[in-house]
Amino acid sequence: MTILETAQQASTMLTTLKPELVESLPQTFGDYLEELPPYNEQLTLDFSPSAAPPRKRWRNNGRSADFLADFLVTCLPEIETDADRRWQAELKDAVSYIANELLENAMKYSDPSQGTYTRIHLYFNGHVILFVTQNNVHPEEVEPFQAYIHELLNEDPQELYIARLEESIESESSGSGLGLLTMINDYEAKLSWKFEQVGEHLSPTAISVTTMVKLNI
Amino acid sequence: MISPEAELRGTEPIMEVIQDNYQIIYQPEDSTIHCKGSLRLNGQEEDYKRINHLLEQVIQSEPSTVILNVQELNFLNSLGINMLSKFVIKIRKKKFIKVIVQGAEDTPWQVKSLKNLQRLMPSLSLQFT
Repeated sequence: MTILETAQQASTMLTTLKPELVESLPQTFGDYLEELPPYNEQLTLDFSPSAAPPRKRWRNNGRSADFLADFLVTCLPEIETDADRRWQAELKDAVSYIANELLENAMKYSDPSQGTYTRIHLYFNGHVILFVTQNNVHPEEVEPFQAYIHELLNEDPQELYIARLEESIESESSGSGLGLLTMINDYEAKLSWKFEQVGEHLSPTAISVTTMVKLNI
Repeated sequence: MISPEAELRGTEPIMEVIQDNYQIIYQPEDSTIHCKGSLRLNGQEEDYKRINHLLEQVIQSEPSTVILNVQELNFLNSLGINMLSKFVIKIRKKKFIKVIVQGAEDTPWQVKSLKNLQRLMPSLSLQFT
């Protein structure tokens, strides 16, 4: 993409960002941690926009999530008992599931033409596993996403799970909306978000979202 | 909108969907759907439609019992969970079909997430080995 094309895209994006939305930023939802807890281990993966065709990127999400899960296992104490082995398998499985869902969501709801990276960090300190993903959000996705976050934070997650399923049957939709809910219901994860503008204060070019998923272990 | 039943009429039956990393196979002789491997479904892909088609056929054939065997399914993303959940809700509407879900106790996601299928259909029998 030439510099001119990038500038044209940025300019198009600017016109689609509603001023009232930009003014509301930065905005956080849930117990967002502005300062990370102390950690001993961390791994960060960056994905350049549209580096591969969607089908390949989808597969890469799985490989990357499994890589993060393998990394976490290297940070855990040596296995001594069957209970240790089971605990380790559970953590590995949780990291693989959560990281995969976060990367899939980043891919589904971001706009690769904005030229920003998708980044996932995994932090670990022996008590907490913290996932932090950063990606841009397509301007048209911001409001529905925030409305959904509002539901996630204010409604009973078990009831919401059933309601989302019944809705998706009615609409025969292929979107699931269950990824974040499964993290809350099945993995007891705590979720929070921060929406920010990308670019200069007075000339935003895009909106980014940081999603934080905290697992106490 | 075309109903799933109408969509199935006149189309070739799909008994299996096999890819490098997963296999979905229906055995009509014992009404068992075997799901194996690592299933990371993407709603935009043809295979998602094919697997849904296979599941819809199973419902339309109205067996007295359906067995869903996921013992060798190591990974299922949320769209996959969504797909199996919808399958269970649709079967629940056919009140006479019994459902048995067979899982593996040493696969953590199954212990965490399969119980949700039972919440959708309390008569569903969940068997871990």
